[in-house]
Amino acid sequence: MRIFDPHIHMTSRTTDDYAAMRAHGVRALVEPAFWLGQPRTNVGSFTDYFDSLIGWEPFRASQFGIRHHCTIALNPKEANDPRCRGVLEVLPRYLAKDGVVAVGEVGYDSMTPEEDEVFAAQLELAQRFELPVLVHTPHRDKAIGTARTLDVVRESGLDPAMVVVDHLNEVTVGAVADSGCWLGFSIYPDTKMDPDRMVAILTEHGTERVLVNSAADWGKSDPLRTYATGQAMLAAGFTDDDVDQVLWRNPVAFYGQSGRLVLEDDSEVAETFEGNSILRGARAS
Amino acid sequence: MSELRQSRACTREWLVEQVALRLAPAAARTWLQQRRDEVVARPELLGEIFPAVARHVGRDRLDDSWTVDEAARAMLLAVLATTLTAEDLSTTLAAVYHYGDAAEKRAVLRALAVEEVAIALGARAVPLLADAIRTNDQRLLAAALGPYATAHLDDAAFRQAVLKCVFTGVPLTLVDGLPERADAELGRMMTDFAAERTAAGRPVPDDIQSYLVAEGNQNGLVADDNQSYRQES
Repeated sequence: MRIFDPHIHMTSRTTDDYAAMRAHGVRALVEPAFWLGQPRTNVGSFTDYFDSLIGWEPFRASQFGIRHHCTIALNPKEANDPRCRGVLEVLPRYLAKDGVVAVGEVGYDSMTPEEDEVFAAQLELAQRFELPVLVHTPHRDKAIGTARTLDVVRESGLDPAMVVVDHLNEVTVGAVADSGCWLGFSIYPDTKMDPDRMVAILTEHGTERVLVNSAADWGKSDPLRTYATGQAMLAAGFTDDDVDQVLWRNPVAFYGQSGRLVLEDDSEVAETFEGNSILRGARAS
Repeated sequence: MSELRQSRACTREWLVEQVALRLAPAAARTWLQQRRDEVVARPELLGEIFPAVARHVGRDRLDDSWTVDEAARAMLLAVLATTLTAEDLSTTLAAVYHYGDAAEKRAVLRALAVEEVAIALGARAVPLLADAIRTNDQRLLAAALGPYATAHLDDAAFRQAVLKCVFTGVPLTLVDGLPERADAELGRMMTDFAAERTAAGRPVPDDIQSYLVAEGNQNGLVADDNQSYRQES
């Protein structure tokens, strides 16, 4: 089973997680920029975080044979803090980077006017930089938040094929499927979705335009939920090819629209320095 | 497999020529030429142009020292070295370095091997070396230890950087300042490192052997064959 986790916050995870993910077939991932639990109070905190997403974290991932890409954005929760609004001004520098394969996570948290402005501004940036968009849907008032998200995407003029609407469930999947946007599902130990409910949705809606992620972060979560979902699919009678489509080809197709996905079959390059193997003795840590 | 060499000091003219010569696709050449004219006219555009370079010119090896994207990025900076004041050049380099991903940061560090850039900057880029050496990314560490570092790092910083290369696995052949800047204190540090490794039952890297100080001879290097480091390439 080859796995591309299209949404996972590796900044919060340990090297044991990287090793276990690679052992279970995770060869590539996308780490979206989001909030860190502890609120940030200035733009510099964000640029340090973005630098980590394009520098240190890909380096860490490479040591385990995993390709790391990221998405960059001002997230909806912190969009409400005026001290963080300046992040919008530094985004163009980051959206031009090779490792940045989408704008995200954008969308709504509490559906405030500030969130409206920041969401719209970032959809414009996505068009300017010709990047796909990863849209977070709110945990509270999810159905209304999802409907409003789809309205904003429609009004932006973006091609729905360039947009994934994430954290969907049984209640919100239908409207997003009808919109033409991609469908994102986060599989969690307790909340959001679990592997068996995911299988039920796949059985009903099919495997087209579906992205399954672990969304593992600093909270109670599990970076191997993608693998668990693949196993649950096989147990329910889906074929290996179905699993490959959902866990590999779909995310490759979606983020591949950036033109910046680097996935040639050279995961061993990770162990080398510009083609030369140099890791010896102590690993950087 | 051919070993990658540290970029030796070169001139802006040589770099411009090499990029023009080796950058095969006409579209890539045109793209780079246009971006070069743009940044000369409006240096503030560099922030969005610099990150996009590799996607347009590719990442192939240009020679045994440079990749095409590194050379193209360094060329843009080298061109600015002739049009900006030293102060503005320093600010511009610091900005593309600090906002850069690892490949961009490497290109900035490598651009310091271009004579015109190094002369214009004087010691202003030393903080960038310090930043790169502080990281645990071997690729940045190696890129930092070019001719500019040989000229500008003080003895303590140079020794620590070399020891960090040994510690993290950067081959010492990539350090421009070796063996010339190896001194007795570096020999002592290498020897202590080797003793610690031996005590732990772990291997001592081959390429530090010639820097080790024999027991009872703490004043000088034992090795007399340091030149061999230079000739390997």
